[in-house]
This record gives sequence, C-alpha cells and structure tokens, in this order.
Amino acid sequence: MTVAQHMLAQNWDDIRLKLYSKTSQQVRAALASPRPTWEDFLALISPAGEPYLETLALKAKKITRQRFGNTVSLFVPLYLSNLCANECTYCGFTMSNRIKRTKLDKQAVANEVAAIKAMGFDSVLLVTGEHETKAGMAYFREILPAITPHFSFVAMEVQPLDTCDYRALKQLGVNSVLVYQETYHPQRYGHYHLRGNKQDFSYRLDTPDRLGKAGMKKIGLGALLGLSDWRTDSAFTALHSERIQNTYWQSRVSVSFPRIRPCSGGGIDAVSAITDKQLVQLICAYRVFLPDAELSLSTRESPWFRDNVVPLAITTMSAASQTQPGGYSEPSAALAQFSTEDTRSVTEVTQAITQSGLEVVWRDWLPGFGCEV
Amino acid sequence: MLTIANTTFRSRLLTGTGKFSRPDIMQAAIEASESQLVTLALKRVNNTAKQADPTLTILRSLPVTLLPNTSGAANVDEAIYAARLARELLGTSWLKLEIHPDQRYLLPDPIETLKAAEVLVKEGFHVLPYCSADPVLCRRLQDAGCAAVMPLGAPIGSNQGLRTIDFLRIIIEQATVPVIVDAGIGKPSDACAAMELGADAVLVNTAIATARDPANMAYAFARAVACGRQAFLAGTASQRSTADASSPITDFLGALS
Repeated sequence: MTVAQHMLAQNWDDIRLKLYSKTSQQVRAALASPRPTWEDFLALISPAGEPYLETLALKAKKITRQRFGNTVSLFVPLYLSNLCANECTYCGFTMSNRIKRTKLDKQAVANEVAAIKAMGFDSVLLVTGEHETKAGMAYFREILPAITPHFSFVAMEVQPLDTCDYRALKQLGVNSVLVYQETYHPQRYGHYHLRGNKQDFSYRLDTPDRLGKAGMKKIGLGALLGLSDWRTDSAFTALHSERIQNTYWQSRVSVSFPRIRPCSGGGIDAVSAITDKQLVQLICAYRVFLPDAELSLSTRESPWFRDNVVPLAITTMSAASQTQPGGYSEPSAALAQFSTEDTRSVTEVTQAITQSGLEVVWRDWLPGFGCEV
Repeated sequence: MLTIANTTFRSRLLTGTGKFSRPDIMQAAIEASESQLVTLALKRVNNTAKQADPTLTILRSLPVTLLPNTSGAANVDEAIYAARLARELLGTSWLKLEIHPDQRYLLPDPIETLKAAEVLVKEGFHVLPYCSADPVLCRRLQDAGCAAVMPLGAPIGSNQGLRTIDFLRIIIEQATVPVIVDAGIGKPSDACAAMELGADAVLVNTAIATARDPANMAYAFARAVACGRQAFLAGTASQRSTADASSPITDFLGALS
C-alpha cells in the first residue's frame, strides 16, 4: 500500500470528530510523552490544547535547539513564471485572472540569479506556476542549467510530475520538491479547483510517494490553511508527513504553514481562519510530533510574528521575497502571486535573527549530493 | 598523549563547529575546550569570492587540526566526492567519514562507510569513521586502515549518554587503533564515563554548542575528559553488588594454614 492509498483510506469526519473530542487529560498526557504519537499530535492541536500553549512552546523550543542547534537556514523564492493552466479560486495566478502573464527566459533568469546572489543567498526555491506545456519539463531542461550551478541547494515548487521527471530534475541539480495538497478534504478540493490537471486530487496526493520513489532528498508537504477546517487538514498533513518520512527514509520531510492571503483578483475568505495563536500552537505541535522535520515559515507572515515564532520551532525561512517573476531585477507588484507581510531586507531579517540568539545558515548542502539516479 | 595517524595531541577531547549561535561563541568554546582536533561539515563551508567562511577563518587562527567531515553524504560516492573536495579546499588529509542516509536519527550506514573507508585509505586520507557501536564493524574498519574508529554512544545530537556501553567496552578491548566515542555524549559525566571505560578520546559538539554557556561547558568537558583518563590509568576498583564485610567464614578461611 502506498502512503497515498493509506491517506485515501482515512475518513475526514472521523478524524475531525476524534480531534475535537480530545480532553485536557489527553493534552497533558501528550505533553508528558517522551515519544508523542499522531494521536498525541491531535490532542496538541485540538481546542483542548489551546490553554497549554506555553508548555507546548517551551517543549518545542527545547527540541528544536537540541536537534538543530542555535541556527536557522535562509532561502529565497525565485518565481520563474506566473503561467497557470488551472482554475483555483484562491490563487492570484488562477488562469481566469486577467494579469500580465510571463515566463522568464534565460537572460531574465540570469538577471534574477545575479540579483539574488548579490543579496547573499545560496539556497533558492524555484516557483513555476502550474502550466504543463509552457512551464513543463522542456522549459526546466532549458532553464535549470542557468540556475543550479549558482546555488548549493535548489528546491522547486512545481506542478505534480511523474517519477521519471523527478529523476530528471535531480540530475539537473534539483534537491527538493514541494507540492502542497492545499486541502485533504476531497469534496472541498473539488470546489476550489475548477479546471485543469490540478483537479486530480488523487494524483496530487500521490506526489510525495513519487518523489520518494525518485529519491528526492527533501519532500515538501503542506495544506493551505483556511481552505477547510485547519485542524483536520493539519491532522492529515502530519499523518502524511510521518508516513512519507518512515517509508522513504532516505528523504527528509519539510512542512510549511501557508495561510490564505489576499491576492490580485481578490482571492477568497478563509472557511476556517487560523489565528496567530493557533498557528503557533500548530507549529509547536509539529516540532513535538516530528522532531527532525524541517519546518518552514515564509514572508506571508508578519515580521513580529516571524521574529517570535522562528526561535521556537522553525528551521528554515525565506527573506526579502518577491512573488512575481523577475521581481528581484525588475520589481513590479502587479504580477505577484500573493502579497507578503514581511517586506524587510535581508540585512534586517538577519539582524533580527541574530538578536534572537540564532546564527543564520546560508549553506547546508554540498552541490552534487543527491544527484544520482 | 593521544596519537592518531602518527600525530600526537595533548587533548583527548574533540569538538565541532555546528549549532553555535555565533562564531565568537564557538571560538570561545573551542578555546576553553583546549581541543586540538576540531571537526567541521564541508557542506557548511561557505567560501565566496567576496568573503572567506567565518568559521573557517576562526579555526585557521586557532592551534587546532581541522577535521573536515562528510556530513550529508548518503552513500559511498557522495562521501568520496566530499572527501576529495575537502582535501582540495582545506588542504588536509584528515577526514571524519560520515555516511548517514537515514534522515531521522542520522545513524551511520555500516556498509557504505566500510566501502568508502577502503577507497579513501588507499587515497592517503587519515580516515576517522563515524560508525555504529558494532565491534565487528570496528575491526573491519581498523583492518581497512582507518586511523581511528568513532563508535556512537547514542544517536547523534541526542545527548542521551552512553547507551551502547556494553558494545563500546568490547570495541575498546579489541581495538588496535584509537577509539573515539562520538555522538550522544550529553554531559561531562558521560564523557568521563567513556574515558574511564578506556576510550582514547571523545567527540562532543551538541552538548557544548547548545549549553546555556558554551565556553564554560567546554571547560567542564575538558576537565571531565582529563579526569576520566586519569581514572582509567589509575585502574578503577572493581564493583560489587554488596558490601564487603569480613564474616565468620572469612575469618575461618583466613585462619587456615
């Protein structure tokens, strides 16, 4: 049974009921457990867990410092395209949104790489939009050789691909791929994704398995918090992450916590908005449940929130992000996927990190590791 | 004196460079530890055209031998690639060989480690392999020509202490190369215990780097290692489960001619 098949066998309503039935006693037991289980994770993110946030945060901080030391890694997103062949009601790149569409050519990519390198980054996340024909493997084969030699670590946020394509990406120097399920609620997923290949819930759910089979070094998972009940979606994400980690034990799991943000075209209101306090609860619960996972926080969150949450449990964060293609060499907010909250410069972010007693890690990978097929 | 690959060291405490909050804190800790052999992950070395790696710059200014490690390598090919790069970049043949494909506990892969050691020894590296506390594996690594063996006390970074003590005892008993207990040492008393057991040295990183006061902790570890070594040399008295009082029988037996 693949991990995706195991996930498909889970019942949303049963998990939701279980989660919302957790008691204070179960939360205390979860906090006291030396090896918390997924059931413990449910207790920690449940409403019953909310009053125990301080204990949870202290526990998360202790685990993070022991496992990762006093460090946090920085990366920057590089948007290659805003082309999209999907209709997703919550996203600024959705195909019906009348924005100027663009895809970076080799020269534009070279300009972006130079601008990013000048900022000091050595780890990059390539974001491609989801357009199989115009921003697919042929484009990646053309463009990646202009990018990967300049960075020690290259991650990609790209539409789901087949296992053989992931192997090809590895050979091209990609070390990590992130594909978010958005929501694990199949019916609601259908409501949000109206046209395009992204409508295929099962193929997307199977993506981390294909990445694992391809031997991708890091596999990114996540739900877009707010599309469905955030607690239940997080319960699914955590279970998915744990299973992927155990099955594909030579790969590492990375979890992100995107919340719905306003975007051009308006976007949608969250069905189940997660408060700042609840997001801290969620992030800390992840650290306690998955002590070795990479937990990542983007510039969607405010400076104040990031400065306070990063020392508790975050291991990787972006900084000075531009979310439109060409944004570093020719900024133009009109093309952005979503608006960022933390607009500070790299210098300002690194100063804040240093002030919180952490050292910035710019480089944590040797180019050439993980390229074998 | 500790001798590895025909090089002698006064200190039997090896330290690392990861997990510190600032380079100056790392420097103070290494100085306080009096360590002469310091490991650093090649994957973290960030030499750019504009600026030399700050950690490397500090290490070069200290009286220490660099021990680059292959952390992040998941198989024999990656480890060999990293080792050659380390020699090229840092100009040293010292190498801490680490191959841990397991992403959760970072446990070393015995098969890949032995294969890589065999190749790297032939290429002239002083190979110090991080390995499981497996007495047979340690003998195989020794036979392959490794300059020392580095069995783990517990999973790396776990601070759990000497969970593998019974196997460490066998490894120490059998070894003809130095045994350096690596990984899992959480507090100075763990280091002291390893040295009392007869380990030739210990490597400590997390327990120092993540202490509230790293330099003071490094100093404490240095003392503990020296203390444990002295106790080992002095010959610790054997343990008993009961008190050793003289009894009527003892008196009788003693009176026998």
